[in-house]
Amino acid sequence: MNETALFGKLTLSAIPYTNPIIMGAVGVSALLTLLIVGWITQHGHWRYLWKEWFTSVDHKRIGVMYMILAGVMLLRGFADAIMMRVHQAFAEGAGHGFLPAEHYNQIFSAHGTIMIIFVAMPFFIGLMNYVVPLQIGARDVAYPFLNSVSFWMTAASAALIMVSLAVGDFSQAGWTGYPPLSETQFSPTSGVDYWIWSLQLGGIGTLMTGINFFVTILRMRAPGMNFMKMPVFTWTILVTTVLIMMSFPVLTITLLLLTLDRYMDMHFFTSNLGGNQMMFANLFWIWGHPEVYIVLLPAFGMYSEVVSTFSRKKLFGYNSMVYASVAIAVLSFIVWLHHFFTMGAGADVNAFFGIATGIIAIPTGVKIFNWLFTMYRGRIEFTTPMLWTLGFIATFAIGGMTGVLLSVPGADFVLHNSEFLVAHFHNTLIGGVLFGYFAGYSYWFPKMFGFRLDEKWGKRAFWSWIIGFYLAFMPLYALGFMGMPRRLVHYDNPTWQPFLMVALVGAFVIGYGVVCQIVQLVVSIRNREALRDTTGDIWNSHSLEWSVTSPPPFYNFAKIPHVEALDQFAHMKENGINHRSEAPFEPIHMPRNSGVGVVMGAITFVFGFAMIWHIWWVVIASSLAMLATVVYRANDEDVDYMLSAEEVARIEKQGAQATVSAHSGLSHHDMITQG
Amino acid sequence: MSATALNSATHDHGHDHSHDAKENAVFGFWIYLMTDCILFASLFATYAVMRHNYADGPTGKELFDLKYVFIETMFLLFSSFSNGFAMISMHRKDRFGTLKWLALTAVLGLGFVGMEVNEFTHLVVEGNGPDRSGFLSSFFTLVATHGAHVSVGLIWMAVMMGQLYFRGITPAITSRLMRLSLFWHFLDIVWIMVFTVVYLMGVL
Repeated sequence: MNETALFGKLTLSAIPYTNPIIMGAVGVSALLTLLIVGWITQHGHWRYLWKEWFTSVDHKRIGVMYMILAGVMLLRGFADAIMMRVHQAFAEGAGHGFLPAEHYNQIFSAHGTIMIIFVAMPFFIGLMNYVVPLQIGARDVAYPFLNSVSFWMTAASAALIMVSLAVGDFSQAGWTGYPPLSETQFSPTSGVDYWIWSLQLGGIGTLMTGINFFVTILRMRAPGMNFMKMPVFTWTILVTTVLIMMSFPVLTITLLLLTLDRYMDMHFFTSNLGGNQMMFANLFWIWGHPEVYIVLLPAFGMYSEVVSTFSRKKLFGYNSMVYASVAIAVLSFIVWLHHFFTMGAGADVNAFFGIATGIIAIPTGVKIFNWLFTMYRGRIEFTTPMLWTLGFIATFAIGGMTGVLLSVPGADFVLHNSEFLVAHFHNTLIGGVLFGYFAGYSYWFPKMFGFRLDEKWGKRAFWSWIIGFYLAFMPLYALGFMGMPRRLVHYDNPTWQPFLMVALVGAFVIGYGVVCQIVQLVVSIRNREALRDTTGDIWNSHSLEWSVTSPPPFYNFAKIPHVEALDQFAHMKENGINHRSEAPFEPIHMPRNSGVGVVMGAITFVFGFAMIWHIWWVVIASSLAMLATVVYRANDEDVDYMLSAEEVARIEKQGAQATVSAHSGLSHHDMITQG
Repeated sequence: MSATALNSATHDHGHDHSHDAKENAVFGFWIYLMTDCILFASLFATYAVMRHNYADGPTGKELFDLKYVFIETMFLLFSSFSNGFAMISMHRKDRFGTLKWLALTAVLGLGFVGMEVNEFTHLVVEGNGPDRSGFLSSFFTLVATHGAHVSVGLIWMAVMMGQLYFRGITPAITSRLMRLSLFWHFLDIVWIMVFTVVYLMGVL
C-alpha cells in the first residue's frame, strides 16, 4: 500500500462512503453525538462538565464516567449483536443475509472486543471505583490522578474503536486476533491495527487501575479493618486486581509481538522464517483466561452484597467465599490451554488442563451454595437487584455445567469452534457477569445519585433480559450439537434455520430489555423526588458505604471510621453507635482536580490513530507531547489542598439536615422479625 | 468550596497524610516493578521457545561477541554502583554530591545504551536484523525492551537532576529518587538474566 509522509496510509478512500450500512451507523452515531454536544452547549454545561467531571480526580466521579462509557459501548456492542442475529437468520441456502462477508467478519470481531474490553471492564471498574474506597472507609484511592489518567486512556481506546467505523475498517480476525490470519499477509488493511491499538492502550490503562486499587485496598483501609473484616465485594476486587497485575503485562507483550510482526516484518507468529503461531494462542490465553475471572469475580462480589442485603441475613460462609475467590484466581492461571485442546499438545498435557478446568467448578460451587444458604430462611425481598441475582444463580449453573462439559478434552474435540461454545460463554458472560453488574448498578445507584431506580421498569428489563437470553442462546447449544460452526456468514443446512430464527427473536426480546433500561433511567430521573432517599441507607444494608449520605460528600468520611466488625455498619446500627461524624472536625487533605489526565487521554488517542495509519511524524510528535506532559505534571507542586474544618462542618450539617434517622434504631436482624 | 492551598514548604512536614502518600508511592512502584517483571518474563518465555528458530540464518554462537557484551554489562553494573552512591549522598542531604553521582550513573548508562545500539546496528547492516528469523526477532525484542527501559530511566534521571539542581533535596524529590533507584537496580537484575539466558547460553 502506498504511504505518504504527511498522511501515512490514510487517504480519502479509507472512508467507506459507498457502504450504506456502515454510513448509516456512522450517521446515527454522529447525529447522537451532535445532539448531545448541542444540548450541552445550549444549556451551557461545558464549564461545569470540565470543572466538576472531566478534570475530576474523585474516585466517585471517575467511577460514574466509567459506567457511562460502558453503557454507551454496550449499545454499540448490542447493535452488532442484533445485526449478526438478523444476518444469520436469513443466510441459509439461497438467502445470503444482508451483510457481505468482510463486513460480517468485522462485526463479530468488534462485538467481542467491545463487549469484553469496553463494556465489561469499564462497567465493573466504574462500580469498584465508586464503591471500594467507601467500603474500606477511605477518602480516595491511593493515586487519584493516576485514576483519572487510566479512565481517559480507556476512553481514548474506546474512541479509537468507534472511529474505525468511519475511517478504514475493523479487524476481521475475531476478538482473539489469531495469526497468521491477523498478520499483514492475510490482513493487509488497518483493521487489525485498530484492534491492536485499542486493546493495547486500553490494557495499559487497566493495568494502572489494577495497581491503583491493589495499593488502595492494601494500604488505605480504615483502622481496625483487617483482611477478614473486609466487605466481600472489596475482597473480590482485591483478588481481581492481582489477576489484572499478573495477566495484563502478558497481553501487552502478546500485542507488542504481533505489532512487531506487522510493522517491522518480524517473525514471531508468521508462517515462515521460524514463526510460531501457537505461541500467540498460548500467550493470548495466559492473559485471556484470567481475564474471564477478572470480569466474573467482581460480579460474584456484587451478588454477595445483594443477596445478603435482600435476604436480611449475614452472608453465609464469608470465610469460604474469600477462600473460594482466591482459589479461583490461582486456578485461573493453570487452565489457559483448554482454549486450544486441539493444538496437539498430547493426551497428558490436555488431561492436566482438562482436570484443572473441571476443578474450578468446586470453588464456584461453594459460592453458589453460600448464596443459596444465605437465602435459606431469610426474608427475601424481590427487588430488582435481587431478581438479577436469582436469575444469575439459575442461569450461571447451566453455563457452569456446559463449561465442565467442555473441559473434557474428548468432548471439546467435538464441540470446539461450534455454536455450543458461543452459547456456553454467553451463558457465563451474560448470565454471570452482566447480570451481576446490573444487580450492582441497581443496588448502588441510590448511593451514587441519592434516588433509587424505578422498580417497575427494572423488573421489566430483568424479565426481558432473562427470557431473551434463554431464547437467544439455548438454540445455539442445540446448533452446536447439530454441528454448526461459529462465525458462519452463510450455511446450506435448512434444519439449522428455525433455531436461528428463535435466537433472533431472543435477541429482540433482549433488545426490549435494553430499551426498558433506558426508559428506567429516564423515568427515574424524572421522578427522582418521589424516589429520593434521604437516609443514605435505603436498603438497610451492612457495609460502610451506606453509613454516609447519598450521594456521599466528596471527601467521603468527615472522620475516618474505626472498624470493629465484619459488616461494620450493621454492627454500628445494632449497637446504637452513631455513624454520623460529629464536631469538632479536622481539616482534610484533598487532591486537586487536574486537566492533565484529559490531555494524556487526547494524546493517547492521537498516538493510537497515527500508529494505525502509519503517520510517523504524528507518532513522534505525540510521543514527545506525552513526555512533555509527564514532565510538566512531575514539576507541578500544587496538586493538593487542605479543606478547612469549618468547611467540613458546614457540609456535614447540610447532610445531617437532609438525613432522616429512620433506620438508626433498627438493627439488621430486627428487620427479619419486622419484615 | 473554600480551601487553602498548600505551598510546598508547609506541605511536607507535620502532616501525616502526605507522609502516607509518599510511602504508598514507593510501595506502588514496587508493585509496578513486579508487573514489569511479568512483562519481561513473557519476553524470556518467548525467547526460550524461539531461540533455535534460526530459519537457516545465523545462530547466537555466530553472532554474539561475549567480550563486547561483558564490557557492556560492566557499564550497567557500575552505573548501579554509582547510583547507590548517589542515594547515600541524598540521605546525607548532599545535593551536589547526589548530582555528581547521578551524572556518573547517567554517563555509564548512556555508555551501555550506546554499546547496545552499536551492536544492533552492526547486526542489521550485516543482514541479521530482527526480520531475518524468529530467533532474531525474539532476541532483538527482548534486548531492546530492556534497552528502552534503560533509556526511559535516563530521561527520568535527567528530569530528576534538573529538579534536584533547582529545588534541592525535598521529600517529594527524595521519594522520586528512591523510586528511580529501585527502577535502575531492577533493570540491572533483568540484564543479568539477559546476559545469562541470551548471551552466555547462546554462545555455550
